[in-house]
Amino acid sequence: MPKICSNFAEKPAKMNPNSLVSISDLTKEQMLSLLELARYFEENPNHKILDGRVVATLFFEPSTRTRLSFETAVNRLGGRIIGFSDASTTSSSKGETLKDTIIMVSNYVDLIIMRHYLEGAARYATEVTDVPIINAGDGAHQHPSQTMLDLYSIYKTQGRLDNLTITLVGDLKYGRTVHSLIMAMRYFNPTFRFVACKELQMPREYLEFCDQNGIKYTEHTDFDADVINTSDIIYMTRVQRERFTDIMEYERVKDLYTLRNAMLEGSRENLRILHPLPRVNEIDYDVDDNPKAYYFTQAKNGLFTRQALICNALGINPLKDKE
Amino acid sequence: MAPKKELAVAALRNGIVIDHIPSRALFKCVKILGLEKLDTQLTIGNNLHSSKLESKGIIKVADVNFPEKTLNRIALIAPTAVVNTIRDFEVTEKRPVTLPDTIVGIVKCDNPKCITNNEPMATRFTVVSREPVVIKCHYCSHMIKADKANIL
Repeated sequence: MPKICSNFAEKPAKMNPNSLVSISDLTKEQMLSLLELARYFEENPNHKILDGRVVATLFFEPSTRTRLSFETAVNRLGGRIIGFSDASTTSSSKGETLKDTIIMVSNYVDLIIMRHYLEGAARYATEVTDVPIINAGDGAHQHPSQTMLDLYSIYKTQGRLDNLTITLVGDLKYGRTVHSLIMAMRYFNPTFRFVACKELQMPREYLEFCDQNGIKYTEHTDFDADVINTSDIIYMTRVQRERFTDIMEYERVKDLYTLRNAMLEGSRENLRILHPLPRVNEIDYDVDDNPKAYYFTQAKNGLFTRQALICNALGINPLKDKE
Repeated sequence: MAPKKELAVAALRNGIVIDHIPSRALFKCVKILGLEKLDTQLTIGNNLHSSKLESKGIIKVADVNFPEKTLNRIALIAPTAVVNTIRDFEVTEKRPVTLPDTIVGIVKCDNPKCITNNEPMATRFTVVSREPVVIKCHYCSHMIKADKANIL
């Protein structure tokens, strides 16, 4: 009888179903219920629902806004936090693998919130532990809590998510927030306007994604009144110098995609300006006092959205408990 | 002088013959199937004449049977390969390899910032297009065309 020769084993994925790695892990219903939950936390930010729970925030890459808002969210929910904000103070600087760090921390906590400089790190973490993982950013890859706070900001300011015209401006090539936003909006029949210079246009794969999902879009190189005055949301992003191979090209385009208050004169009443922050010069300071500027409140919404994501990952639903 | 035999290796009694492997993929197939670790009779031929391909490679392995899943691992780089199962000198089964939906531990991800290039772990790709074959990293979402894939 010939012997059977098999030289590999396919490892089954271990992922806890409550983990959140990518915005594409969420169904439309899950997104809508998370937005409802975020709204609940905006009204009840100090609901101590995490009594006795311990949450780890593992930031292998430094981050201010994301870490502070996640940690504030846990504190306001009454949970306890362990973790680090800089991997240089941990065993990973001694050469410990991510797998070992995750397994070790899993022994202590109910939830892991992690940011890592390597792409795919959070997905891998879900495969080595049963503890739920929330991806707080993996390199230039995914950052789903940012997308959820963008969605919540759109929902809150427009009263709906359906049938909106959303203009994305700046770095559409490398900006992960705009890519994730397109993926999240696919359920809501949006019309997108992509405004960027030639070097930073929306990558082909995302245009194909729009085509496959019946999402309407137009591409523009001019950020002008035609585009601004017909938008419900303008989502600005930072054009980074290091993205350019030709510095002369950067110098030429860097100010073409700056929003100034005067440009908003003929804009719709319901228009709101979003930006994932930090901004540099793409939104002029004179826009800050315009009631249509929403980027600071948008960052505040991150707290409520992250409270919702934390409860969801732990399988806790305060809305259900209230019924 | 006695006429030379056309084949230096006699026909197999039991085992498998993998035929129609593109020549450039032959040794990668050997590696993927782990044939260098086998202790049974093994014959490898390359740059042979082929009516279908420019030139082909062939692998004969005696007294070994591979699960279909294992053999399908070569489909990514040798989509034209055909596996013949031999029993008592007869071909009992002939089937082309088929590309699985998931490819584990074969291809290196081209993205240097991918976790798979920085941790001791297996790579994992899903097939997102079959004509032409394009695979996507399960971890970092990086896309690779099959003909450009780096075999580990």
